[in-house]
Amino acid sequence: MSQDAALAVRCATLVKRYEGKVTAVDGLDLEIRTGECFGLLGPNGAGKTTTVEILEGLLDPTSGEVEVLGMHWATHERALRERLGVSLQVTHLPERLTAREILRLFRSFFARGRDLGDLLRLVALEDKADTWFEKLSGGQKQRLAVACALVGDPDLLFLDEPTTGLDPQSRLQLWGIVQRFKEDGRTVLLTTHYMDEAERLCDRVAIVDRGKVIALGTPASLILSLGGQDVVELSLQAGDIEDGALLAVPEVKGVRRVAGSIALAVSQIHVALPAVLDLIRGRGLACERLSTRHATLEDVFVNLTGRQLRD
Amino acid sequence: MFIREPSAVFWTFGFPIVLSLALGIAFRNKPPDPIRVAIEQADGAEAVRDALTGMKVVVLDAARARQELRTGKVAVVVVLEGQGRVYLYDETRPESRVARLAVDDRLQRAAGRVDAVPTSDRKITEPGARYVDFLLPGIIGMNVMSSGMWGIGYVIVEMRTKKLIKRMIATPMRRGEFLLSFVVMRISVLIFEIPVLLLFAYFAFGVHVRGPVTVLVGLVVLGAVAFAGLGLLVSSRAENTQTVGGLMNLVMLPMFMCSGVFFSSHNFPDAMQPVIRLLPLTALNDALRSVMNEGAGLVEVSSKVALLALWTLSSFVVALRVFRWR
Repeated sequence: MSQDAALAVRCATLVKRYEGKVTAVDGLDLEIRTGECFGLLGPNGAGKTTTVEILEGLLDPTSGEVEVLGMHWATHERALRERLGVSLQVTHLPERLTAREILRLFRSFFARGRDLGDLLRLVALEDKADTWFEKLSGGQKQRLAVACALVGDPDLLFLDEPTTGLDPQSRLQLWGIVQRFKEDGRTVLLTTHYMDEAERLCDRVAIVDRGKVIALGTPASLILSLGGQDVVELSLQAGDIEDGALLAVPEVKGVRRVAGSIALAVSQIHVALPAVLDLIRGRGLACERLSTRHATLEDVFVNLTGRQLRD
Repeated sequence: MFIREPSAVFWTFGFPIVLSLALGIAFRNKPPDPIRVAIEQADGAEAVRDALTGMKVVVLDAARARQELRTGKVAVVVVLEGQGRVYLYDETRPESRVARLAVDDRLQRAAGRVDAVPTSDRKITEPGARYVDFLLPGIIGMNVMSSGMWGIGYVIVEMRTKKLIKRMIATPMRRGEFLLSFVVMRISVLIFEIPVLLLFAYFAFGVHVRGPVTVLVGLVVLGAVAFAGLGLLVSSRAENTQTVGGLMNLVMLPMFMCSGVFFSSHNFPDAMQPVIRLLPLTALNDALRSVMNEGAGLVEVSSKVALLALWTLSSFVVALRVFRWR
C-alpha cells in the first residue's frame, strides 16, 4: 500500500478552493516521517488548519493526493480513525459533563484505548476529574482536549494550534505532554504561529504562506539558512548607513529594515559587533538603541516573505 | 446531561403540568352563568323585572343599556313598547341568542302562555367529555412534539456550531449510533415524563385513561420517534441556532394551531381538513384522544399509527441523506 513505510503522512499537490474562489491551500506537498514531530508554521490564514483538516479526513481536497499511515481516506476511513488522535483548533466539549465523563465518552468510540486514570494523570487533571467542563480553566480545557485526542492510543497525533491563548505555564505543560507522546516513537503534526513552540517541539518544520510550503527543514537548518544565527538590531539617532556598507562588514550576512530600525543577520557576533560599532563611529553617527539576540524562525519567515508572522 | 440543565427539566416536567393546571382551572366545569338582561327604563319595567326570576336583571336608561349590550356586560336588552316587547341582541353571539329565547319564554309564560306539550329536563355531565379530558391528550401530544424537536434539533445544531460534531466524527464513532442516541434519550425522558403528567391529571382533575395503557405508551414512544426524525430533519443542514429556531417554529406553529392541541381541529374549514389530517401532530393527538377518552385499542388507531410511522421513516431517510456532519 505505502510507497514508503517510514512516512506517516504524505500529500502531494494538495489544493483546496472554497466556493471556487478563495484558495486556502495552493499546491502543497508534505512528507512527514514516522516518529517525528512535524510543525506547520505560518501566519493566520496561511492554510494550516485547512491542510490539517484535509489530512484528518474532515475536509475533502479540491485536488491532490493524501496518504496517511499508508492508507487513503476514501478506502480506509474507519481503520484510520482508530489510529489517529485529533485536537481541533477550537473544541467546545459538552459543558456539563465532567472531565472523566468526556474522556469515557470519547474512549467509547475507539476499539482500543488508554486507561482513563493514566490519561488524567498524564494531562495533570486528576484533581479535576469530576469537575464540569465549563468550570475548567482555559489551560485545563485544552489539556482535556488533548487527552481526548490521546484516548484512542493513536499512532499519529494532530494538534491544531494547541497552545494559542494559553498562559506560559499551561503551554509548558502541553509541551511536556507532546514530548512524552513522541518519546514512544509516535508521530505528531502540529500547527502553530509561535516560533518558540516550533523550535522547542518540532524535529522539522514547514513554513506555510498563502497555501504553499515556502521553507522546509529542521528549525536549526532554517535559521542557518539566514546566513547567521544571531541578529543585531539597531536604530540610529540621525542619518543612515547604506546596505552596501553594512554588508561589507565582516560576518554580516544580511540586512533588513523594519520600521526605522536595521536588523543585521550575523554569523560570528564577537567579530561582527565591534566592526559594526566602528562603522557607526567612523561615520560620526550615534546609536539610539542596540540589541543582539539569537535568530529565530520568525526571522526566517520575515526574510522569506518580508512580512511579520503575526500582524 | 439532561438533568444537569434545570431549565430543560422544567420545560419537560413542570411546564405541561402548569399549563394543564391553568387551562383546567380556566375551563373547569362550573354551573352555567346566570343570564344577564338589561331593561330600558320605562313604565312597567319593574313588572318585567319581577317576571325574570333567576336572571341577573338591571333597569337602565336607553343609552346605558345599549352600552352594556355593546360591551357584553348584558346579553340582551328588553325595550317596552306599549304592550309589545322588543329584544335588542347581537345574533352572532351565542349567549345572546340563548338569552333572547330564555327571556321571551319567561315573559310569555308570565303573561299566561301554557305549554302545549309537557316537558322536563334531565341534566348530565359525561365523564371524558369535559374540556380537561380533551385538553390533556393534546398537551401530551404537544409536549412530545416540542420536546422532541427542540431536544434534538436545537441540541444537534448547537453541537454543530461548537464544532463538537466535527470533533466526534474525527473519531471512529459510528454516525448512526450517534443519531440513535438522541432518539433513545428522548424516549427515556418521556418514560418518566408521561406518567408524571398522567398521575397529575388523575389526581388534580380525575382524568382517566380509558383504553389500554400499553397502547398509550406505544403511541407516545412512536410520537417521540417521529418527532425525533422531524427534529433531525430540521437540524440536518442548519448551521446556527437562530436558523434552526426559525425552522422549528415554521414547522411547529401550524401544528400547534391546527392539530387540535387546545381546540378541535374540526373547527377549521373542510377544505383544509385533508392537509390537517396528514400532519403528524394531528395523527398523534387524535390517536391519544381515542385511547384516553374513548377507550380505543390498537386496531382503532392503526391508521394514525401507520401515518406516524410513515412520517418517521421518511424524515429519518431524508435527514440521514442531507445531514451536515462537517
